[in-house]
Amino acid sequence: MSNTNQFTRRSLLKTAGGLALASGLSAPSVLSAQTSDVIRIGHLTPRTGFLGPLGEYGVMAIDLAVEEINAAGGLMGRKVELLKEDSINPQTASTKAERMIERDKVACIIGEISSASCLTIAQVATRNKTLFINTGGNSDALRGKDCQRYMFHVESQNSMYVKTVGRSFLRDGLVKGKKWYSLTADYAFGHDLLSVSKRFMQANGGNFAGDDLVPTDATDFSAYLLKIREAKPDLVVINLAGNQITNFLKQYAEFGLTFPVGGFGFDTALAWAAGKGNFVGTWPVVWHHLLDTPGSKAFVAAFTKKYNKPPENQAWGDYIATKIVAQSINELKSAESPKIIEHFEKGAKFDLLKTRPGYFRASDHQLMHEMYAVTALPADKIKNQWDIFSSSPAVPGPDEPLEVIASTAEENVCKFPS
Amino acid sequence: MSAMLLTQQILNGLLDGVYYLLIALGLSLIFSLGGIVNLAHGAFYAIGAYLTLVISPYLGFGGAFVVAPVVVALLGVVIERTLFRRFYRSDPILSLLLTFGLAMVAEQALRMIFGAPPLSYSIPPALRGQVAIGSFIYSFYRVVLLGIAVACVVGLWVLLQKTSFGRVVRAGVQNPDMVGALGISLQPYMSVVAALGIGLAGLAGVLLAPIYSIHPAMGQEIITPAFVVVVIGGLGSFWGVVIAALLVGLVKGVMVGIGYSAASTAAIYLLMLLVLLFRPRGLFGERIMRFE
Repeated sequence: MSNTNQFTRRSLLKTAGGLALASGLSAPSVLSAQTSDVIRIGHLTPRTGFLGPLGEYGVMAIDLAVEEINAAGGLMGRKVELLKEDSINPQTASTKAERMIERDKVACIIGEISSASCLTIAQVATRNKTLFINTGGNSDALRGKDCQRYMFHVESQNSMYVKTVGRSFLRDGLVKGKKWYSLTADYAFGHDLLSVSKRFMQANGGNFAGDDLVPTDATDFSAYLLKIREAKPDLVVINLAGNQITNFLKQYAEFGLTFPVGGFGFDTALAWAAGKGNFVGTWPVVWHHLLDTPGSKAFVAAFTKKYNKPPENQAWGDYIATKIVAQSINELKSAESPKIIEHFEKGAKFDLLKTRPGYFRASDHQLMHEMYAVTALPADKIKNQWDIFSSSPAVPGPDEPLEVIASTAEENVCKFPS
Repeated sequence: MSAMLLTQQILNGLLDGVYYLLIALGLSLIFSLGGIVNLAHGAFYAIGAYLTLVISPYLGFGGAFVVAPVVVALLGVVIERTLFRRFYRSDPILSLLLTFGLAMVAEQALRMIFGAPPLSYSIPPALRGQVAIGSFIYSFYRVVLLGIAVACVVGLWVLLQKTSFGRVVRAGVQNPDMVGALGISLQPYMSVVAALGIGLAGLAGVLLAPIYSIHPAMGQEIITPAFVVVVIGGLGSFWGVVIAALLVGLVKGVMVGIGYSAASTAAIYLLMLLVLLFRPRGLFGERIMRFE
């Protein structure tokens, strides 16, 4: 092995670093000719990284939704063409949104899970006067100080998650005078959720025992678990996201800790990945596959037939957002974003596969809808790998307005930039 | 924070470092001997974890523990014979590109075969529970894991230091031309080193499958810290890598322990920077002519 090519450790390190950075960019999509007989919809969501597993459910769901829309005659008689990209990170998300709008002339952009990427996409969307529907970014700031006229939210805000599952915690006596300890995902979503959780727990008499910020790429939670065991909290609050939740649940069971666990943010796929015996606690969801409504049953059946597994809450978000857009375009006989936005702001009602229809709140563009708290079933009551939890009734209850779980105008001020 | 908790965090951090070690040792060996930066090393770890899921229903966790690393090692030999060997004499930048691509292909293949959502797998019942070492209560599974990892490290050390095989490998790291002049072909040695290194990554995948989330990109999560360990430890040094792995685990654990968890990932890069500033070849890196 003679040394024909000189290289140094330094150049090698540089190249390795460069490659790591370059991995953030994916291959450009094929440029297709503009045709007027299709309406394009852009879909952006993380398909790799710690949120990737959830993004994949969003992709499966929007594929199904577009298939159904096209089978039913498309939009104003035109076929829907779906452009899908991995949003990767906030910078790449913004570049890809720009390209979808300017070059591919999409009617709207649907998707996303990361709150940080939602913000950059919304800025591009607003600048280009194109509708963006957020299906997975939870942070209150997106509906508050960072709110944008062209951004609507099918995903619930953190306040709705906290107030939904908070009712279960209050009912179980885990808040008033009790000590709570939290683990928080160290990015926009987690920081926002931590402040919303603190507001809720403080208002209801909980005692804050401590919080650890967890890097998004963390896989080992043993150091955190040792701290939790030492702190002996009455409630462990999980403000984590994506793979973090699965890793936490598996290792919480491994270390044999038994303090009650609850989350203020959650996705069913993460519980499925943790599995029977590891999944514990009570968690909030926007939707789950066991809902007993005709709409949900049909959606679950169609999804299961196509993909051989039930949909989870992220699938519902992307599916329902696409259906809302399709229904609006067909009713308005226009795919222009300003007209759709006006329609939404007027309080148009939409079937959300739940017991009550929902609507977008004009003041902050948040979808007002029912939510649920799911509780892990004990291992001996679990019949299969999917049905591993029981659900609360819809929150808010049938006699309450949908807005009671959302942030108030004072808690979260939204002034659309004009 | 009590001294007790700090002690626990230090011990736990050291244990955490042992997982990186299983990945980093192979990475270091393959780089030292073949000059190949195997960015696909994490992918073999992921393949090991997925094989555990496939094999367990038939042979149990014990069966997966034996079979999966062997399958991964054989895969390593195939990759070495067909791809790596073409790059020993060329600029390492080329092999870097090769393994970078290989990592993406492997991850995408896992996604196509098993789907993108994470899959569930739990610790086998016999290995669950806690052990108390004095007042330090710890997961029994991790103690078992530590025992296996230490056995692997010691075994590898004996192989490299006390056998004629090891002597040739060590000579090959230092001066491959001289080894060639003595009439010894390094090619078969390279295959064995690839099998060992990549098999260890597969073993790490088996051992961590019960406690970590199993998803197609899990290899990416582990490759970066493992690479940092190799750089801190220094090329050609067995104990350098061992100490670097423990150090990285320790720094991460203690950062969490003292309440600076947000900086726990950044801290290991800072550690790498400091080490490289003062010791550009890493802690115990040897002066290897062809890498200077």
